[in-house]
Amino acid sequence: MKKARLKLLHGLIYFLFILFAILIILPLIWMVITGFKTNKELFLSPFALPRKWEWENYVNAWNSGIGMYLKNSLLVTVISTLLSTSLSCFAAYPLSRLHFKSKRFWVYLIMGGLMLAPQSSLISLYKMINWVHLLDTQLALEVVNAVFRIPFATFLIMTFYKGISYSLDESAYIDGARTGQIFCRIILPLSKPIIASCSIISFRAVWNELMFANVLLQSSSKKTVPLGLINMQGMTTTNWTEVIAGTVIASVPLIIAFLLMQKQFVRGLTAGSVKG
Amino acid sequence: MEKKNKKTIVMYLAPAMVMIIVFLYVPIIINFINSLFNWGALSPKRSFVGVTNYTKMFNDGVFWTAIRNNFIFVVLSLICQIGVSLIIAALLEEQFMRRLQNIFRTIYFIPSLMMATVVGIVFKMIYSPTLGLVNPFLEAVGIDTSKIDLLGNSSSAIYAITVMSQWQYIGYMVILFVVAIQNIPEDLYEAAAIDGAGTVKRFLKITLPQLKDTIIVNAIIILTGAIRVFDEVFVTTKGGPGTSTETLATYLYRVGFKNDQMGYASAVAFVIFIITFILGLFQMKSYQLEEE
Repeated sequence: MKKARLKLLHGLIYFLFILFAILIILPLIWMVITGFKTNKELFLSPFALPRKWEWENYVNAWNSGIGMYLKNSLLVTVISTLLSTSLSCFAAYPLSRLHFKSKRFWVYLIMGGLMLAPQSSLISLYKMINWVHLLDTQLALEVVNAVFRIPFATFLIMTFYKGISYSLDESAYIDGARTGQIFCRIILPLSKPIIASCSIISFRAVWNELMFANVLLQSSSKKTVPLGLINMQGMTTTNWTEVIAGTVIASVPLIIAFLLMQKQFVRGLTAGSVKG
Repeated sequence: MEKKNKKTIVMYLAPAMVMIIVFLYVPIIINFINSLFNWGALSPKRSFVGVTNYTKMFNDGVFWTAIRNNFIFVVLSLICQIGVSLIIAALLEEQFMRRLQNIFRTIYFIPSLMMATVVGIVFKMIYSPTLGLVNPFLEAVGIDTSKIDLLGNSSSAIYAITVMSQWQYIGYMVILFVVAIQNIPEDLYEAAAIDGAGTVKRFLKITLPQLKDTIIVNAIIILTGAIRVFDEVFVTTKGGPGTSTETLATYLYRVGFKNDQMGYASAVAFVIFIITFILGLFQMKSYQLEEE
């Protein structure tokens, strides 16, 4: 009797989980299908399958800008990620494994950086960048994006460096290795997992970034994907199904990357969020 | 040796620190100074007004609407992304779910891989009464939808946006909690099983207390995120209809970059800074808590 009730309960929970899964998937399926429809079909029957599967929307979306936006986004994201991760790798080293007087101050500076919301610097950064005549350049966006990733990346890498056994560099010291050599030959190779995690966190953040891109970039040829999509959506004669096709194309890269590297992703994101 | 070390330290630290100081800390200070002036990016006039921008802000109805909307975002996000996610994660870790855990986990997680911009554009259409999915569905279950326009009515818009954000991020938090639960020592559960503790009791007596730190840290992250929220609103309603969905960040954007009242916008930015800074202090505290 009790067992039967338990079975029923489990069945009910399964049912709810499946219902929730449907709720999650439905908009995604709708996106992909809508991308194949004509505008007319969308207005007439939002639920129905397209009468003819139109690849055209995807091709048009790609040609009307998504291809270019993807290229821009990739460039900005890769450069920002490389910049922030490498600078953080360097900065974290003395902060975690060397001793010097002002260390505490710099650690606090990093930790303090974790608390600063990009929103509160938006206007001053805009002004500063305008002042050095770097408005509407990808360089400005790359630097700004990188800077906001540094505190967290440094913090994560610091924590990781601290966990590496000190006996390793002591024996290297005795062998006459210099600090730089210890860093390059011992610490860095051991840190691959945390570097991968940091890169994934940073990549995802920069890839999605809209606010700064929106304020800093003006010319259409420089825009990143989020900004480009808003552009497409805002046009006077919006071709809705084409915009949707664009959003599908924009979503595919990260989802594929996730499906291929689930383990690294989960490790990266949990490193990122369980600790901030 | 000492001297050489000093040089290395400077070389390693300087690039990151210079960037942080110049692009993170200095802008905050400049922002505060800016908030004491009336100025615009387009006009050359700039006059000192003291704290006028702040007094104006506290008497500005839209500012309080923004605070209220951020608050709605905070509360609903905490309920869904801490409460619901935690329950989902705990159930996924139950024996009878193990077989399908991976499939559910992956499906729930996928929306969080999409850009908030994409989700915004898609939901803007899904919510639309003319070409969306929600209204026909409600009609199918017998609800009169003639007055329902989720993003178009000022009373429902902010909730529609918040729900969309939960759709996107619940699965993300589920994964974080699943991983955290997996890190709880198995023998705690075994001991409880010997004592005859049921599922609910095990959750309350072991899982919850063991996850305390994770929950606190995640809650602070969600809080900070909800204070900063910009993309979701900007893409779907731009703060409208009227000013009903304005949040602090979108209001700051509108006032500064659309109305060119940069001084006033700086004051709003400073409020965001203060709120996130206070939350950040708690976050720091919880990190130290973890390191002990």
